[in-house]
Amino acid sequence: MAAPFEQPQPDPAPSHDVPQPGPWDLQWYDDEAGPVVRPYAMTRGRTRPAGDGYFDLVSVITVVDPGPAAGSETVLDPEHQVIVEMCGREPLTVAEIGAATELPLGVVRVLLGDLDDAGLIRVTRPVPPAQLPDERLLKEVINGLRAL
Amino acid sequence: MASALSDGGSGIPDAPPVALKILIAGGFGVGKTTLVGAVSQIRPLRTEERLSEAGRPVDDTTGVEAKSTTTVAMDFGRIDIREGLAVYLFGTPGQDRFWFVWDELAVGALGAVVLADTRRLEDCFPSVDFFERRGIPFVVGVNCFDGSPRHPVEAVRAALDLDPQVPVVLCDAREREDGKELLVTLVEHARVSLASGRAASAPAEV
Repeated sequence: MAAPFEQPQPDPAPSHDVPQPGPWDLQWYDDEAGPVVRPYAMTRGRTRPAGDGYFDLVSVITVVDPGPAAGSETVLDPEHQVIVEMCGREPLTVAEIGAATELPLGVVRVLLGDLDDAGLIRVTRPVPPAQLPDERLLKEVINGLRAL
Repeated sequence: MASALSDGGSGIPDAPPVALKILIAGGFGVGKTTLVGAVSQIRPLRTEERLSEAGRPVDDTTGVEAKSTTTVAMDFGRIDIREGLAVYLFGTPGQDRFWFVWDELAVGALGAVVLADTRRLEDCFPSVDFFERRGIPFVVGVNCFDGSPRHPVEAVRAALDLDPQVPVVLCDAREREDGKELLVTLVEHARVSLASGRAASAPAEV
């Protein structure tokens, strides 16, 4: 299935009164119109992710190979597939996924909860600064910032 | 589902990606997004949280009862330090009624830059309070707008009643070099704060 977020608009400047969105077309028609699909319709009304569902803004989502044991029974919606495709190219944070998909973070978190449940992603939560193993990392950051 | 990649350790091959969070705070219109844009290596991105009635316990909707959701936009940028290590800069929403978004942003944050405008210094009081109360290391960047009076750093420090160890830096939020200096100062300050915190807590853990 094609990635709905990357599809060019069939008609970039729709002159019709009624836009003709495909069923999975998530493009906003203009800022005033709001989303064509109500955001939480994509989550079937769920506002909380499955599982413990804590996805920090900078939790890093990496796609993992589910392996042969994993469910062929797992049915992915197009929105799930888009996230899997994006994070398959490079690991992305929750905030970046929200920005790229233009979905509210609450929706992104529900979708990620599904993917996590299905064993399709690995979620790397940020390490609280007080629990950083040593100072090397912060020295690296300081040097990296100086080199900008 | 623990794999070799999901247990800690940095700097080793196959280490999990590390994303650090730095907040850019301050009053409305003080230059937070400008600063994010000045230092980010990517075009600043925007992500949104849509808040339902149930999700905004502190928002006073008097007078706008018909409006059932509120959208809070957060602008953020990214600086890649190396493969697998990135710093994310989040501009905090400027309006006080979005404090609860700050709470989420602040969890696990390495530190914060509080931008101050000397013409409206009081606008940054809530930010300073917020980070002081949570023990999150922060620096104050005094954004020197064209035409704003130049106050010595010590005058700003006194006006904000800052602890002596909190760095105060004069800056122009539009300038990349100034933004870099703010961030370097912040991470250095955070490093020292964490180190002294570790030293202080070490005997208690024995």
